[in-house]
Amino acid sequence: MPDLLIELFSEEIPARMQARAAEDLKKRVTDGLVEAGLTYAGAHAFSTPRRLTLALEGLLAESPTVKEERKGPKVGAPDKAIEGFLRGAGVTRDDLEERDTPKGAVYFATITKPGRPAGEIVAEVLEDTIRNFPWPKSMRWGSGALRWVRPLHSILCILSDEAGASVVPMDVDGIVSGDTTEGHRFMGSGRFAVTGFEDYEAKLKRDHVILNASERAEHIWNDATNMAFAQGLEVVEDKGLLAEVAGLVEWPVVLMGDIAEDFLGLPPEVLQTSMKEHQKFFSVKNPKTGRIEKFITVANRETADNGATILAGNQKVLFARLSDAKFFWENDLRVAEAGAQEWLDKLENVTFHNKLGSQGDRIGRIAALAQTLAGTVGADADVIGKAAMFAKADLSSEMVYEFPELQGLMGRYYAEAAGHGAEVAATAEEHYSPLGPSDDVPTAPVSVAVALGDKLDTLTGFWAIDEKPTGSKDPFALRRAALGVIRLVLENDLRLNLDTYFDLQLLRHEIAQNGEDEVSAGLMSDMMGEIAEHGVFGAAVRTVLDAFDGDLPVHMEELKSRLPDTSRDLLTFFHDRLKVYLRDQGVRHDVIDACVAMPGNDDLTLLVKRARALGDFLGTEDGENLLQGFKRANNILSQAEEKDGVEYSYGADVKFAEDETEKALFAALDAQEEAISSAIEAEDFAAAMGGMAALRAPIDAFFEAVQVNSDNQIVRRNRLNLLSRIRKTCLGVADLTLIEG
Amino acid sequence: MATTDSKPRSFQEIILRLQNYWAEKGCAVLQPYDMEVGAGTFHPATTLRALGTNAWAAAYVQPSRRPTDGRYGENPNRLQHYYQYQVLIKPSPPNLQALYLGSLEAIGIDMDLHDIRFVEDDWESPTLGAWGLGWEVWCDGMEVSQFTYFQQVGGHDCQPVSGELTYGLERLAMYVLGVDHVMDMPFNDPDAPIALKYGDVFKQTEQEYSRWNFDIANTEVLLKQFEEAEAECEKILAQEHVDPKTGKRIIMAHPAYDQCIKASHLFNLLDARGVISVTERQAYIGRVRALAKQCADAFVQTEAGGYAA
Repeated sequence: MPDLLIELFSEEIPARMQARAAEDLKKRVTDGLVEAGLTYAGAHAFSTPRRLTLALEGLLAESPTVKEERKGPKVGAPDKAIEGFLRGAGVTRDDLEERDTPKGAVYFATITKPGRPAGEIVAEVLEDTIRNFPWPKSMRWGSGALRWVRPLHSILCILSDEAGASVVPMDVDGIVSGDTTEGHRFMGSGRFAVTGFEDYEAKLKRDHVILNASERAEHIWNDATNMAFAQGLEVVEDKGLLAEVAGLVEWPVVLMGDIAEDFLGLPPEVLQTSMKEHQKFFSVKNPKTGRIEKFITVANRETADNGATILAGNQKVLFARLSDAKFFWENDLRVAEAGAQEWLDKLENVTFHNKLGSQGDRIGRIAALAQTLAGTVGADADVIGKAAMFAKADLSSEMVYEFPELQGLMGRYYAEAAGHGAEVAATAEEHYSPLGPSDDVPTAPVSVAVALGDKLDTLTGFWAIDEKPTGSKDPFALRRAALGVIRLVLENDLRLNLDTYFDLQLLRHEIAQNGEDEVSAGLMSDMMGEIAEHGVFGAAVRTVLDAFDGDLPVHMEELKSRLPDTSRDLLTFFHDRLKVYLRDQGVRHDVIDACVAMPGNDDLTLLVKRARALGDFLGTEDGENLLQGFKRANNILSQAEEKDGVEYSYGADVKFAEDETEKALFAALDAQEEAISSAIEAEDFAAAMGGMAALRAPIDAFFEAVQVNSDNQIVRRNRLNLLSRIRKTCLGVADLTLIEG
Repeated sequence: MATTDSKPRSFQEIILRLQNYWAEKGCAVLQPYDMEVGAGTFHPATTLRALGTNAWAAAYVQPSRRPTDGRYGENPNRLQHYYQYQVLIKPSPPNLQALYLGSLEAIGIDMDLHDIRFVEDDWESPTLGAWGLGWEVWCDGMEVSQFTYFQQVGGHDCQPVSGELTYGLERLAMYVLGVDHVMDMPFNDPDAPIALKYGDVFKQTEQEYSRWNFDIANTEVLLKQFEEAEAECEKILAQEHVDPKTGKRIIMAHPAYDQCIKASHLFNLLDARGVISVTERQAYIGRVRALAKQCADAFVQTEAGGYAA
């Protein structure tokens, strides 16, 4: 059984695409071969900056012969039909066989598809793979039409067995396959022929190419850590960088260089970011001082001077980069130590969004909202205010302009330099969090308040100007912001009514956007006062507008309905995000729907507590009892209500009870109702549902013994009203009508 | 003239060696375009000639202006006026990487001692409606060139594909000459009777332009000029293809493109004056791109653009 070796040799493939491309090559080729009947024993794919390689062992030498039987026209059918069949099947009339079938005599043809040699199939499959390769981005070059990630130069494709190797002939847009390749761009010795995978890998190594990316990565990591260890230092681990660097070299040569003394005072994160982003350097730390003191760079070749020129060049580039960084850092520290007012002033003139004002405006709004959260998070409002005002100061700094990824972190350093306390400094760093589903959520009360203020201001702002996410488009990362709020609230177990904060912040946006006339501005700030006190926009509006004596601006009239609509829509968006979040944690969507339908659904902690209790409870036998008891009562009641066109909601009286089971049900309800409602009051939803579940037995007994639809209308009505009591009680914890099953 | 075995000694020697190298490799050595542009790519010898089916090979120095990069001549390597060396070959030859590496050797970079790397960097010019795939080329960790296979220009697919090489001359020369501050770099032979440094030539102009770009340029005038250039470009392209005076088919793609370049530079100046907000920025870029597209549409209707009557 032959082995197959394929190499696609090109100009430099982007490092980030190599591993995936090697896997795609393996998958596409092996799938194609197997589909054509060519099985194999093993497959291995490799990538270097200039090549994708696939090695298959134990391939069938040819595909198996396949016999296929085909049914033709009836015997005696017109000649035309028979000739058509013969053409289609590729047989002659002599090959046909007559067979009796229930529908009469019919012609059958047996077509033998002879096996095909592996080479033929490989050539077809490989050509198809090359032409349809799933590169994230591909290009044309020269005058050709072929697409590849960068110009493709040669195709090596050989089948080899004991007898030797042979080229699988093919020609893809002028690139003719062969048995040759070349090694390292600078250290290789020109093109050479290979006879099989082992020969190929060995000759590549001879010509300074390590074929296997993980071998290259391992080599880099070993040399780097050994070099650092020898000097009592350690390399800062960075798997992403290691994989990237392994994709930039065919012959890794690890070099360790010094960071000039001048730069050792820079924050370690600045050194690390600058070296990684610009130079793809690893950072080397002194474990005794915790400082980053050296760097590791990986060259792609050996040189006569043992890398001295290369290292000197890299060191020089680093020097220039770090000089910039140091210049920024020192300038920034000067501004920070002077209180950073210059930065805050500058933010007044930086547009956040043309409809949402400047960064300065935004900071003011965030601070205002964050301060109203003081009681909820348990922090001092003045400290929150200070922290919010400073939280985005670093956006004006030169360092963050150069390295946007250091925003927040630099804020912490600069807050400390400005003499702010630990809470303000921590807030500067933490208030952006959480950024993703797995990012840590801040827990320090001041950070939490400002983080919530930041995200809620963004969300209400974009809702106010109707720039909501649609489909896959979410340019302002509003889904992430909403998830951030959800996680901040839930993981800190905060109790707050989002509605209130939506309304407050929507009013702040409204004042900023449409508060030019003093009357409106005055009215709106009065409303904010009312909301802060009573928590609901509608009531606040009525109170303020009713008390207003004079000509009401038209705009206020319109705001009355617009603002609650916007607020409601935003809450729906939150519920949708919450569903996604909880579904990932295994909470059923119908359980969430049943809880979202309850009042107080803008208190996310309460909502989730309810949903978790309901989800857990439905998984128990009692849960099943609750659900079945409720459904039985509700179905009969709903049918009657539909038929009668009324809602039965009040007035069940035990004196009209005829049957013992009926009386027992009254008694059970009397006994449970109070326990259930006080459990709900105490948010002990499990106990409340336990109480409801206890109703199943009396409900079942009642249905067993009693016909609800009695001829006596008084008795019938009384029974329906009794069922209504059950429904009302059970709906106290969640809208069970929305539960499936 | 020094041989390529020795190290060059001045900024201009590096330019001359590149000129000679690419001339030997068969490129037409052109002169800089006589208008303010942000990069060598804007020269019609690149932007327009990358379009259509005719073969092309050109190399040239292009003075480039980036008003926002002005640092009053203080920064060691940031300038508002600098030089790019540009090579464009269509169709891109199969040995373009090797040709490029040869040019580095020609300016004194010894391939046996240095670490040259092709690092992914896709190129896109939103103002030109152009993009391509390629790399930035690193020498010992420093970016010394941009290497791009043009895929689209002015919204047109490039067929055949042009290979474009862009060298940032100051940075490259500073590296080769071992100079730390651009203003200290020898411009001509350091042993010449009148030896000039880069700073002798450009320090004062950097200061003057930085001041003008950032604080003085009259934004109202610039805005008006932008509108005028835009209108003129569209007017030129709206003309009949056949010139009524000569009776010849003369499509004025180049004069129209001049107006597009003008608009682009005026936009850069306005940007440096800080009068363009983030949202407006996109709108201005879109307007320049619309002009570039119309110019490209016109150019492919000309003989140089591959039109055959």
